[in-house]
Amino acid sequence: MSKFKKKKGGDLPAVNTASLPDIVFMLLFFFMVATVMRENTLLIENKLPSADQIEKLEKKDLVMYIYAGKPSANYQSQYGTEARIQLNDKFADVSEIAAFIAAERASKREELVPFLTTSLKVDKDANMGLVGDIKQELRKVNALKINYAAIQGDVSKNKKN
Amino acid sequence: MAKRAAPEVNAGSMADIAFLLLIFFLVTTTMEKDSGISRKLPPIEESDEDVIIKQKNIFTVLINGKDQLLVEDELMELKNLRAAAIEFLDNGGDGTCNYCKGAKNPSSSDNPDKAIISLKNERETSYAQYISVQNELVGAYNELRNRRALELGPQKGFRDMNFIEMEKYYKDVKWSGNKEKLAEVIDQIRTEYPLKLSEVQEQ
Repeated sequence: MSKFKKKKGGDLPAVNTASLPDIVFMLLFFFMVATVMRENTLLIENKLPSADQIEKLEKKDLVMYIYAGKPSANYQSQYGTEARIQLNDKFADVSEIAAFIAAERASKREELVPFLTTSLKVDKDANMGLVGDIKQELRKVNALKINYAAIQGDVSKNKKN
Repeated sequence: MAKRAAPEVNAGSMADIAFLLLIFFLVTTTMEKDSGISRKLPPIEESDEDVIIKQKNIFTVLINGKDQLLVEDELMELKNLRAAAIEFLDNGGDGTCNYCKGAKNPSSSDNPDKAIISLKNERETSYAQYISVQNELVGAYNELRNRRALELGPQKGFRDMNFIEMEKYYKDVKWSGNKEKLAEVIDQIRTEYPLKLSEVQEQ
């Protein structure tokens, strides 16, 4: 009798967690491969409008980003609530766009410069006056390829609530 | 002294280290893909000579400061804009456009090559509304091009493929079809329904 009892006895065996690091590493590698580092810290609110006729932007290294929108809550006391432009981690004036584009162009290889696209990431509550100024400034420096950043969705989501 | 085996390193905290790294990457990276409506701005040219375009070949869309839509000087709902734009582009008033299916109304546009959509806005117009309108107008062009692609495709050996899919396959390196032929078809459709959408700078 005691022969059989001995085998049965004891609590539930602990689950082996030796493969836990492997699982976590697998997740880690997935995220390392599938994501990109954040480039800019946004100082503004940036809710993109929805559209359903959008194209994907290929070649992320050939895209220049211009952000616009009203300053986020932390900065409103300093910069007010009127929509502003953000270039490279700081607020900028419309007149600084030309210098920004020149700097971006200088950082790319010369043969790639004609393929540079400007992505306008504008908050949906901004008004067109600001966007028109940006567009005019881009035309002056001959950066004519633009992309109005939008997310996939129906246009009815753009209505003010 | 007896030779002792080196003690095994405790790997119990390996998971913690990996989790730490994982969380770091989760926080510092983004996954979003950039997408949007691609447009080309007109270059600044000091041209003194005015190009004369017949009024009937221009489809004016104005978004005023209250986000209302004025199409050819009449109020219109956003949802009706796409159909109106298609009707205008596909009219084929002078009869030279043999692939148009429009009403051939002589008081509307002559053919898709001459038809121009002029989009105007005011400074107070909201960006969301502007993008909605751009989206509808680009949608109108895409719809016409898709229709044409479905007609033209089977003749050239690209069955059941609309224009958007054609462009997607053309960019896709893994696609095995005949790319040169596809490029020809895409170009033909682009010249048949050229995207003539002018964004007028407000004053």
